[in-house]
Amino acid sequence: MTDTLTGTTDRTAIRPGTIGDSPVRPDGIEKVQGTYEFSSDLSADGCLFGATLRSPHPSARIVSIDVSAAWKISGVEAVITADDVPGQATYGLISQDQPVFASDVVRYVGEPVAAVAAIDPETARRALAANDVTYEVLQPLLDPEVAIAGGHDPIHPDGNLIRHQRIVHGDTSATGPIVIEGTYEIGMQDQAFLGLEAAIAHPDQGADGVELHVATQWLHEDRKQIAACLGFSEDKVRLVLGGVGGAFGAREDISLQVHSCLLALRLGRPVRMAYSRAESFLGHVHRHPATIWMRHHADADGRLVNVEARFVFDGGAYASTSSAVLINGITMTPGPYRCDNGTVDGFAVRTNHLPCGAMRGFGAVQACFAYESQMDRIAAAAGITAEEVRLLNAMRTGDTLLTGQPVLNVAPVEECIRETAALPLPDEPVGGHARADGSPDAMKLPGGAGRTADAGDIVRGIGWGVSIKNLMYSENFDDYSTARCRLADGVATLKFATAEVGQGFITIAGQIARTVLGVDDVVLDTIDTTIGSAGSTSASRQTWMSGGAVDAACRAARERLFEAVGAAHGIEPVRLMIDGTDVIDTSGDLRVPVAEASAGLDIDETVEYHHPKTDDLDENGQGNCHTAFAFVAHRAVVDVDPELGLVKVVQIATAQDVGNALNPLSVTGQIEGGIAQGLGLALMEEIIQVDGVIRNPNFTDYLLPTFLDMPPVVATLIEQPDPHAPLGAKGVGEPPCISSTPAIVAAIRDALRQAGVEKPLNRVPVRPSDICL
Amino acid sequence: MNNQIFTLRVNGADHDVADSWLGESLLDVLRDRIGMMGSKGACTQGECGSCSVIVDGSLVCSCLVMAATAVDQEIVTIEGVAPVGAPSDVQRAFVDAGAVQCGFCTPGLIMAVHDLLERTPEPSDTEIREELAGNVCRCTGYGRIIDAVQQVSVARTTMAEGAR
Repeated sequence: MTDTLTGTTDRTAIRPGTIGDSPVRPDGIEKVQGTYEFSSDLSADGCLFGATLRSPHPSARIVSIDVSAAWKISGVEAVITADDVPGQATYGLISQDQPVFASDVVRYVGEPVAAVAAIDPETARRALAANDVTYEVLQPLLDPEVAIAGGHDPIHPDGNLIRHQRIVHGDTSATGPIVIEGTYEIGMQDQAFLGLEAAIAHPDQGADGVELHVATQWLHEDRKQIAACLGFSEDKVRLVLGGVGGAFGAREDISLQVHSCLLALRLGRPVRMAYSRAESFLGHVHRHPATIWMRHHADADGRLVNVEARFVFDGGAYASTSSAVLINGITMTPGPYRCDNGTVDGFAVRTNHLPCGAMRGFGAVQACFAYESQMDRIAAAAGITAEEVRLLNAMRTGDTLLTGQPVLNVAPVEECIRETAALPLPDEPVGGHARADGSPDAMKLPGGAGRTADAGDIVRGIGWGVSIKNLMYSENFDDYSTARCRLADGVATLKFATAEVGQGFITIAGQIARTVLGVDDVVLDTIDTTIGSAGSTSASRQTWMSGGAVDAACRAARERLFEAVGAAHGIEPVRLMIDGTDVIDTSGDLRVPVAEASAGLDIDETVEYHHPKTDDLDENGQGNCHTAFAFVAHRAVVDVDPELGLVKVVQIATAQDVGNALNPLSVTGQIEGGIAQGLGLALMEEIIQVDGVIRNPNFTDYLLPTFLDMPPVVATLIEQPDPHAPLGAKGVGEPPCISSTPAIVAAIRDALRQAGVEKPLNRVPVRPSDICL
Repeated sequence: MNNQIFTLRVNGADHDVADSWLGESLLDVLRDRIGMMGSKGACTQGECGSCSVIVDGSLVCSCLVMAATAVDQEIVTIEGVAPVGAPSDVQRAFVDAGAVQCGFCTPGLIMAVHDLLERTPEPSDTEIREELAGNVCRCTGYGRIIDAVQQVSVARTTMAEGAR
């Protein structure tokens, strides 16, 4: 394997299974043997199958809904519409603007109109087809600029503008000899988790409560929204995490949760719902398509003086997290670079496109493609390299954002760039090594399996991308996490509601407990709502927030242990500490194994971990709205066939600011997986909508990176423990997918330049026609 | 629906399948009629490989195979790779190498890797990538999976040389 991982921490003295080691996943064996239960594998005796009737129109008035034919089908047990929602008619993460079922109008293709339950999936599908909905088709609002300009009647009572926010900072008229202006477009990306939406709802006897097993990112937020729609108090709704087959932001919003609970309560029987791939494309939010204009002003050396920008995010039909995505995007306008002056205008608007919300990188992805494309053009104007312009402007701890917020975290932007540059370039020549018989290895050429490119035509390019990402939630949101630690007989039992979506929180939770408590055995309790919220598995926040909560709960349990040991041996508890798996007296001879010291005890501690309060932005976009920041650099090497427009990514090098790598193997997995998604956005992934209708809701036409598309990754972990982070550890999930995209596009531009072709490539994903026509 | 019963031989045992509809996929029959939930469906059109099983020695997407056409053939699923609690070398390597995150693609990949290494005990990097390109993983970026495959290849080769 050519992949390498280097780091700056000596790991030779780490006790196996503790922080800094890379123990295996506790669910690993079940997952490789196929016995792990994903939410789509759940069933129950007598359970029925739910299905959702969806709008075929992006905008239409519902004239009538006739469900009588569906009722006549043998095996159909329930048909429900908006009239059957007993509680609040709408849900939503930030504003509750999305109907459980459309009643008067539909606002996007795929909007739920009714749901059925039947004895098997085929009967449920036939029941859907038998429903007769009469629509009066309306003119859809599809152009975000029309929404901003007020050129279309409101498509929702809340209006067509979800949020407008300005940022005005410093001397907004400042300029310099270099002025670079460009407009950039980002297509709509899908999270494309493999494990499709699925849930099973179990009604309580008497139908006065419900238990839902569901794949989600945030059990408690789901519960809050579900309970409101069901007209129940929250204690009547219990959520249990069903096995989650990936998330990437797409499971932060409600999809089938309310529908499955409604059907189960109506029937007094368990109801399963599971989306198909086509339905999944309609049933969850996507990454916002965006149009971003930027004008940078720099001095003759390439040092940033001022930046102006205008962001337009197309939120689609419902708000979801659009307002927060907007804030992430616009507050990252200058990227990880010092810039004292700036003016930004940001819009998140409503259209009749598919609703957009959270996806890994959350606004920062869109901003980064624009500012990094601009940085390369500034470098060219200043006559310096891509690496030099980034080093010249690199942010440091203490620098301020355009919001006036100082970056107080470790900010090793320069180290990220230098360590990335120090990683070896690929040893493969352009077009790859020849095969053993001397013939060219077609699989190493752009186009791969197509075997269309001629090795002699290939040019190689190198490109850079560097980024900043805010960690945790922003704007005065207290996204706390809760953890419980019980300690008895040398066994720690951890309880939390943190959604394990594949990222490996359950692995590091055990590592934290072993480290803090000196135990070897850690039991993980069921992930459900019988404990307080953990917040969402998003915003690169669970290592910090739930890691912080587990750490705090284990420390609290350790205090109780020390009190017990101290009492038993007549020692002040403050003199005690954990050394390996023993409790020791720091000023005496006592050494007791934790297993012995905790024998017969029943220590039980629950702790909430909160990050420091953040502020709202004022009307000029000023305020300390973010919690913390992480940084990363990417260098892409690509081979391009300029005539055919084909691209082969040869290598990605990266150095990432991780704070403290609690589990280096998991960090590597996040880095490589995130880069694959960044590569997808750069080269192939886009939901295509024509006149508001999705054209590629399947994996034949929505292309995902395969083994052949993904190059080797060489990575260095920049390990500077962050004093603000509970374990010194920053979240690592989002940064890999943020600047890998512009790095790849920059590398394509560089390759084309060497072939004598100048292409702006101002839109991702880059299509072959963008390169060769 | 028809009530005709047919028999599938899965992991060495016969399973009578009742109530299957004509044209029902092998994936759906394995999961919904026989109750073997290890094979996963993620695209149901042969693009992602999550449903990979071996039919008469060939690696196939079970979502694309009509169950009724697999009568009289030897079907091997993820449940037939190794007994529960006693993982195969490939399964063990996936866990140890960090090749598993959400795990939804994993059963299909385990089938594909066993198939690959039986046919090509010492695959090159290109061979691994080309052979496994029909299996999509959304979490890992593939690096640790390739590492796992190479670890097994080396271990098997070393063991074979030791036996000589």
